Amino acid sequence: MVTTIGTIIRGNRDVFPPYLYEAYRSTVKRAPGMPLVDVPLTLSEMTGPGPVISAVTPEDADLTTNAGTGGEAIGQRIIVTGRVLDERGAPVPKTLVEVWQANAAGRYIHRSDQWPGPLDPNFLGIGRCLTDEAGVYRFLTIRPGAYPWKNHPNAWRPAHIHFSLFGPSTVSRLITQMYFPDDPLHALDPIFNSVPTEEGRRRLIATYAHDVTQPEWALGWRWDIVLRGAQATPFEAQTQQEGAR
Amino acid sequence: MTTHMLTSTQTVGPFFWNALLREDAVHNVLTTSETRGERIRIEGRVLDGDGAPVSDALVEIWQANSFGRYQHPADARLLPLDPAFTGFGRSGTDNDGRYWFETIKPGSVPFDGERTQAPHIVYTVCSRGLLNHLLTRLYFADEPANEADPILRLVPAERRATLLAQRDMNAGAVVYRFDIVLQGAGETVFFNV
Repeated sequence: MVTTIGTIIRGNRDVFPPYLYEAYRSTVKRAPGMPLVDVPLTLSEMTGPGPVISAVTPEDADLTTNAGTGGEAIGQRIIVTGRVLDERGAPVPKTLVEVWQANAAGRYIHRSDQWPGPLDPNFLGIGRCLTDEAGVYRFLTIRPGAYPWKNHPNAWRPAHIHFSLFGPSTVSRLITQMYFPDDPLHALDPIFNSVPTEEGRRRLIATYAHDVTQPEWALGWRWDIVLRGAQATPFEAQTQQEGAR
Repeated sequence: MTTHMLTSTQTVGPFFWNALLREDAVHNVLTTSETRGERIRIEGRVLDGDGAPVSDALVEIWQANSFGRYQHPADARLLPLDPAFTGFGRSGTDNDGRYWFETIKPGSVPFDGERTQAPHIVYTVCSRGLLNHLLTRLYFADEPANEADPILRLVPAERRATLLAQRDMNAGAVVYRFDIVLQGAGETVFFNV
């Protein structure tokens, strides 16, 4: 895929996509054009809203029934689970995980998703849970379908589930997407390919987990998530700033 | 020490509304009648490189309470917590790119052992077309402490104004106006932190 790739990146350049990735057309008018300003971590970034957000119910984590219609969503039932860790490998407990996804036919409930894929009255495509003490999250859902978008002729997004996590601090905030393995659409998708390294892309793909699969019920997928920590102390932040002068 | 590779970011896309802005997840109003501090309303627009409204953005804020304390375990200073204030807000944008919050003006927070930071609010901005969220800060244009703020001083002087919310009055209420320009003339300063 030949595309203009910008140089403005927030965070580790081996991991995070550039803001400008021309093949994904929506970046062209939305990517910042001025350099980001490097600043040290302060108390404002070492804190964050994660610990104060905890209002979820067990029903929120079951996307196959949380439409509340009494009916079950159509599709291949799957369990998606994994651990949320920081970069040292420590679990991130009690943090909010919010997910959203297309239905089995690849359709979202949204006014701007109007392609002729069928809606499922028993599927909202939204869920949330808190990680447990070991940093584990778990959703019961159905496998999402691929769907067309208007980015380029005959463009299709590979099947994915959107994830939003807070973690303990401002800098641990993460919004990303989980993909499924062996999808021929990966190679054609500019959003997936905006991640600069093969290893970075591989880590967005879930792994089939037979130990998670439940007999005569649901297939299991495992996907671990690594959030940035906020280990720097104010003293280190100060040193970093002094060093930058 | 094992270092695990961070999970990369992907765009929030256009379809997050039902999940992230559901009735019990959107959080425009941070205050109750019990909240301590000066009531303010923040209003602004998110604009793209053509000056066109970004009607599918997600704007989240995080701030200290009126005493300058964050409700967070990493802030264990002996300042009052406010049980009627968490400091977290989440707004979508409308067809004109507008977002809003009702909150209080935060107190000052420390920078290091000697210096303090001027009152500010941390912003996280996501939208379709942003492959990674943007981080910026709202400062209050009428705040004398801005002059010595260690973070503002790292921002090129000619760009600092993009971080200053302008005070206004509307029907007797204090309004701070703070637009977020993603690209082009008047582009907001975004941080790599």
